[in-house]
Amino acid sequence: MSERQIQLEVLRYDPETDREPRFQTYTVPCLNEWVVLDALNYVKDNLDTTVSYRWSCHMAVCGSCGMMINGEPKLACKAFIHEYPDQIRVEPMAHFPIERDLVTVVEDFITKFASVKPYLIPKEDKPVSAGEFKQTPAELMKFKQYTLCINCMLCYAACPQYGLVPEFLGPAAISMAHRYNQDSRDGGRDQRQEVIASHEGVWECSFVGACSEVCPKHVDPAGALQQVKVASTIDWYKEHLMPWSKK
Amino acid sequence: MSRNPYVREVPKTSWFFRQPRYMRYMAREVTSFFIGAFSLLLVVGLKRLSEGPEAFQGFLDALRGPWGVLFCLAALVAAVYHSTSWFNVTPQAMPIQRGEEFVPGKMIVGAHYAVWAVVSLIVLFMGI
Repeated sequence: MSERQIQLEVLRYDPETDREPRFQTYTVPCLNEWVVLDALNYVKDNLDTTVSYRWSCHMAVCGSCGMMINGEPKLACKAFIHEYPDQIRVEPMAHFPIERDLVTVVEDFITKFASVKPYLIPKEDKPVSAGEFKQTPAELMKFKQYTLCINCMLCYAACPQYGLVPEFLGPAAISMAHRYNQDSRDGGRDQRQEVIASHEGVWECSFVGACSEVCPKHVDPAGALQQVKVASTIDWYKEHLMPWSKK
Repeated sequence: MSRNPYVREVPKTSWFFRQPRYMRYMAREVTSFFIGAFSLLLVVGLKRLSEGPEAFQGFLDALRGPWGVLFCLAALVAAVYHSTSWFNVTPQAMPIQRGEEFVPGKMIVGAHYAVWAVVSLIVLFMGI
């Protein structure tokens, strides 16, 4: 196994002592198979125990270790060292306030995510004895890709619109609303439309497409948002041109 | 320990220089100005046409001048870039599901190019 020395530049911020963030560079002996998260763990274990960052699964499932790696939103556990030059710069996810070092404040996302009611709202109550809600494979395919979202928030770090207009509901929240709206077992679209078809909702999206380009799970939030725009536009025309028709 | 989150401001007028993908997005947006300008030019042409043959001939002569040709070329390049950048994202906005599969994106994009080619040929044919 080949070893390589890299210069790992880490953005540091101590909320108790620092007025603004600063970079600190660590020399890390890396194995070629390592990911950036391994390099950070090496720093934490051997060089500087004060470095703070989130991580958990180390296998691109938990969505905790999102950060900017050489300016690009990435999961640190999926960013292989051999794909980078000898100097690697890691910063907290863009567009989120910095809590400490690489840890960001994510309350805004969590609040927005909850606001779209990201769960099944059945069309009608059904007793358990009536059996399960059945779904065909074709009905599943309609929304399956959106279920792969791991809430890593890289799409928010990539979305310039979220950076410029922090009120924007954002890619992951609207995609998840779309995921449930597309679900044949769901009847909660009207409730979600109030949130996602608002000005701070889908209409703040200008289809930069960055969210889909950076998604580590190959979800297509940008596509979901455009489909929500199309559906909301059809709603508007139905409401204004055919007021007699129910939505 | 007290919380004191640090907020990094996004530069309002230069954010798109940060990433090539933001630049590509801005290119798509900026090229729409040329399409708008060319549409205005067509409206001016219609007005000249309504003013009589001499006025319309003056309009055509102005278009044949170096600035007219330069503008039309720039508008053509901008329109092609703008249109193709939208064509290429249509499968995301309008996916077509057939049973358990989605129609490949290339087919949806290809259909747009095909319709574009047919419409262009019709326009060219009408112009001859």
